[in-house]
Amino acid sequence: MAKITMTVNGRQVSGVCDDRTLLVHFIRENLGLTGTHVGCDTSQCGACVIHMDGQSVKSCSILAAQAAGSSITTIEGLAQNGELHPVQAAFKAHHGLQCGFCTPGMVMTAVDMIRRHGSDLDEATVRAELEGNICRCTGYHNIVKAILAAVHETGGVRQAAE
Amino acid sequence: MGVDGIGARVARKEDRRFLTGKGRYTDDMSVPGMKYAVFVRSPHAHATITGIDSTAAKAMPGVIDVLDGKQLLADGIGNLICGWMIHSKDGSPMKMGAWRPLADRTVRYVGDAVAIVVADSVAEARDAAEAVVVDYDLLPVVTDPVQALAEGQPQLHPEAPNNLIFDWELGDAGAVDRALGAAAHVTELKIYNNRLSPNPMEPRATLGIYDAGDDHYTCYTTSQNPHLARLVMSAFYNVAPENKLRVIAPDVGGGFGSKIYIYPEEIVCLWASKRTGVPVKWTSDRTEAFLTDAHGRDHVSTVKMAFDAGNRITALKVDTIANLGAYMSLFSSCVPTYLYATLLSGQYDIPAIHANVRTVYTNTAPVDAYRGAGRPEATYLLERTMETAARELGISPAELRRSNFIRSFPHQTPVIMNYDAGDYEASLNAAMTAADWNGFAARKAEAERRGMKRGIGMSCYIEACGLAPSAAVGSLGAGVGLWESAEVRVNMVGTIEVMTGSHSHGQGHETTFAQLVADRFGVPIDSVNIVHGDTDKVQMGMGTYGSRSGAVGMSAIVKALDKIEVKAKRIAAHLMEADENDIVFEDGSLKVAGTDKAVPWSQLALSAYTAHNLPPGMEPGLKEGAFYDPANFTFPAGCYICEVEVDPETGRTKIVQFVAADDFGNVINPMIVEGQVHGGVAQGIGQALLEGVYYDDSGQLLTASYMDYAMPRADDLPSFKVSTSNTPCPNNPLGIKGCGEAGAIGSPPALINAITDAIGNNALTMPATPEKVWAAAQAAN
Amino acid sequence: MYETNYHRASSVQEAVQMMGAAAEGKYLSGGMTIIPTMRQRLAAPSDLIDLRHIAEMKGIAVDGRSVRIGAATTHEEVATSAALAAVCPALCGLAGHIGDPAVRHMGTIGGSIANNDPAADYPAAMLGLDAVIVTDRREIMAGDFFTGLFETALEEGEIITAVRFETPAKAAYRKFPNPASRYAMTGVFVARRDNGDVRVAVTGAGSNGVFRHSGLEAALSANWSPDAVANVTVDASDLLADLHASAAYRANLVKVMTKRAVAAA
Repeated sequence: MAKITMTVNGRQVSGVCDDRTLLVHFIRENLGLTGTHVGCDTSQCGACVIHMDGQSVKSCSILAAQAAGSSITTIEGLAQNGELHPVQAAFKAHHGLQCGFCTPGMVMTAVDMIRRHGSDLDEATVRAELEGNICRCTGYHNIVKAILAAVHETGGVRQAAE
Repeated sequence: MGVDGIGARVARKEDRRFLTGKGRYTDDMSVPGMKYAVFVRSPHAHATITGIDSTAAKAMPGVIDVLDGKQLLADGIGNLICGWMIHSKDGSPMKMGAWRPLADRTVRYVGDAVAIVVADSVAEARDAAEAVVVDYDLLPVVTDPVQALAEGQPQLHPEAPNNLIFDWELGDAGAVDRALGAAAHVTELKIYNNRLSPNPMEPRATLGIYDAGDDHYTCYTTSQNPHLARLVMSAFYNVAPENKLRVIAPDVGGGFGSKIYIYPEEIVCLWASKRTGVPVKWTSDRTEAFLTDAHGRDHVSTVKMAFDAGNRITALKVDTIANLGAYMSLFSSCVPTYLYATLLSGQYDIPAIHANVRTVYTNTAPVDAYRGAGRPEATYLLERTMETAARELGISPAELRRSNFIRSFPHQTPVIMNYDAGDYEASLNAAMTAADWNGFAARKAEAERRGMKRGIGMSCYIEACGLAPSAAVGSLGAGVGLWESAEVRVNMVGTIEVMTGSHSHGQGHETTFAQLVADRFGVPIDSVNIVHGDTDKVQMGMGTYGSRSGAVGMSAIVKALDKIEVKAKRIAAHLMEADENDIVFEDGSLKVAGTDKAVPWSQLALSAYTAHNLPPGMEPGLKEGAFYDPANFTFPAGCYICEVEVDPETGRTKIVQFVAADDFGNVINPMIVEGQVHGGVAQGIGQALLEGVYYDDSGQLLTASYMDYAMPRADDLPSFKVSTSNTPCPNNPLGIKGCGEAGAIGSPPALINAITDAIGNNALTMPATPEKVWAAAQAAN
Repeated sequence: MYETNYHRASSVQEAVQMMGAAAEGKYLSGGMTIIPTMRQRLAAPSDLIDLRHIAEMKGIAVDGRSVRIGAATTHEEVATSAALAAVCPALCGLAGHIGDPAVRHMGTIGGSIANNDPAADYPAAMLGLDAVIVTDRREIMAGDFFTGLFETALEEGEIITAVRFETPAKAAYRKFPNPASRYAMTGVFVARRDNGDVRVAVTGAGSNGVFRHSGLEAALSANWSPDAVANVTVDASDLLADLHASAAYRANLVKVMTKRAVAAA
């Protein structure tokens, strides 16, 4: 058992958990932020993607203890002041989600993708960058469309990680 | 059409919660005192249980209890059943072996549940599950369905000699044999339809809560049909009577058929909650999902198609062996029969058809409906055969299809179905135009210069949706009616709640159903709420599968809206002292046609409930319910064209173009319909190119994670060109046919036809992995 | 996951001490292999010693044609290093195609090499580049380092701190991914030195892990051209066979990937 402190969505939080507790379970169960999902056991589906210190990571493949002291953003922390983030808005406008289960991970991956590539993103790059996010509903068609639209919407500005 | 009404591309109402992490899936549910379950599962494909010792497990940290199949049996919990009776051609009923929710004597596939451990945490439950000692006497194993039918093979169930569940036929064998004998040409093929795992991204989960105070059970579950789950758990499994059992299917992360069925885990968690006195939650991990979610497809067939000298099809003869796995899942028997053989006429006018289907037990996970369910198997068989015939006859595949299309409706096929409407040539033409079919030769030549082999393939599919007319399915063996119910509740201020028995797990009902209501009464879409997925809130329902929610579920809403409209008009007429036949809905008000007299909708609603001034004898309130039982199946159809480039050095297939031209009848929200096609096509491409469930000879699952089961990813797929050319369905009030399964039905043969065209070798099975394509291309050289 | 104890080291020395105190410890770098493996209860280390916060193990230094990469440097950092891209773009390209972006943000070169998964990409690069694996106690030539499936020359408690190599005149990596896992079903790293020496290192295909192919090396030393591959025989008998690819198919892929790597170099 260890007490773990980290910053999540701008707020300092702490909780007690086993050393073997995965970050995704700490987020879901200790913090009650259930938007981050678990869809596989082998680190491939990406339903658990969050941002740690500004970069996309798979929270199912990181111990909560490894993340102690870091700054985490989950899907719940993306919209500001009730306004959807441009990537969230683009997913809605372009029907980039159906059942919604992979969606938080998709959105977090897309935000990170735009941060790194900016306006260099084209369809082939978006598809390649989605390798670690599996969607069973959409055939990716509208996810790709939404991400490309969001690039346009955000002006395709690249940002360094925090 | 209004901005929010029928035909509008309305952005989905439900999206905000999913996009902000506020979706509420079963595993997100948590109640005070809740504990966690892990199942002890058989590591063997076939064995007798000789003893279970859970003493050590019970003593481990955090463990509440360990329960096994003997206790479950002692408490009177029943067998899992298949709800559709099929009779063999000799008249005998199907041979259903016993399926215990927790195996007490025999395990029949790897993953068969043996015991449940309830503990303070998942990790502790798993630690303890490993400490449960189960003694097994191993039995011989059979996993191949053809082999399972042979003499001397391991026997799974005493009820089913030679593992044969039923030997069923449909159609006129004599007429078919005569036509084959007289044919100018016969095309023969052996067809494999590969076994798949549905893989909704949300793994199955359940939370069983027993309330001793009220002797009442609540079951949260990842279900496509909570009412059916309640019915089956009450009537057949003796979990609790219906009035003591509430089933809630909250947000559900995809289903594709796999969440229709009632699995052992829901039953056992409810029972365990009563036994332990604590709420019990179980969440599948992905490997458990591969082991225990019902699989799909898995057919082996031979086909003979007869042609006359004018290239007209004169007969079709099909012999199919379908693997149903270790136990008969809830709808398993109807999938390879009435959802399969009845569609073997496809879009073609075929005078004689005969199908023989044998279903078989093997030591593998149960097999049941997966997106399309029977219809993909029929379409793949038929469209691979048509393509092969065209190649053998030396004519264009498009022309062979065109010259055999059904052109007048209604059309009675020789295999039960009566097609009500369609225009197959319109879809074919639309697809060929969108695909620039005529420009293919130039593209192929250009690819050849780059060392790539380019191919093109098409598929013309038909499916039967809108499941289903209750009398028809009843006569064919269904254990339930397949109507749908709806209740429309107009609140006092005019907002509207619609309780529907359909269940949305990605289909967007909260939007499309609201569009229907907004369109009808001219109210804002945000004033309409769709309520579903809770047996305490919704009167009755049959759930969502078989592309039925639009054609059947929305039709029930239409019937309820009709009743609301009649009453609202009567009240309005009374208030405005007009004839109710003169009342019209306009701009959110009820108006007297041709006058400026109007009652706003909100005021009308209030009047209905204040009841100060209602027509004499009228009950207060504005709330109506309806059941809708369809008059016929619906028949979506279309043409898909796929164009590929094969790298002959590696066998890698790249899909360079995919065109879908569908006829779905009337469309409520084109954006959502297109999304359904995209997803269906992706799953069909997955089947054709990537996906396959494999067991080894000892019954161990070789594809138990995404490391070995190839899911379609974004870079496996192109953007799709989709369009519709619609003929309204004459048999339901909205003219809807359904769109949920089409993509998965129509796409696999188009892709395989394209690859075999590219490599010049017709011998290729699904999934067309790089190695298989490479080998086939080598063999063609 | 079985119970385990987590420790965070701030120096190499501290990490070694922590490992010495552990019953059955394991170093944890990005964790992209060990954590999923532990999740599936296929590994049960008593202790995990986290190396991700050791500053001395991070960073890429390029001095002329000498390259040194700290073991805790992530795949993303290798993929996007302008300094490295200027002298050895092949390694940047390889790193940029390991796993997916989220995995590349955590996974490290040291972790990958120490794990020596037979389908991992980095071992092929290390062998192809004739790299030196630097540990807390010695330097090991890549040719001596990779000893078998998930087996390396590392001793009990030994930590990889860096890798270093001299950049070749030409190099490239091409892989054919497994359609399911996306690991290399066959990956080939080719490198040619100024003196004409050629290395061809193959991952994903060998039944004993990463290996050099002498026949391909000889052919390409004689004639550095994609066409030189055509007449070389790749013996399938030493190659892996599984659900996804037979040994004969992998033998074909070794040649095709080699040809394409040479063309790209």
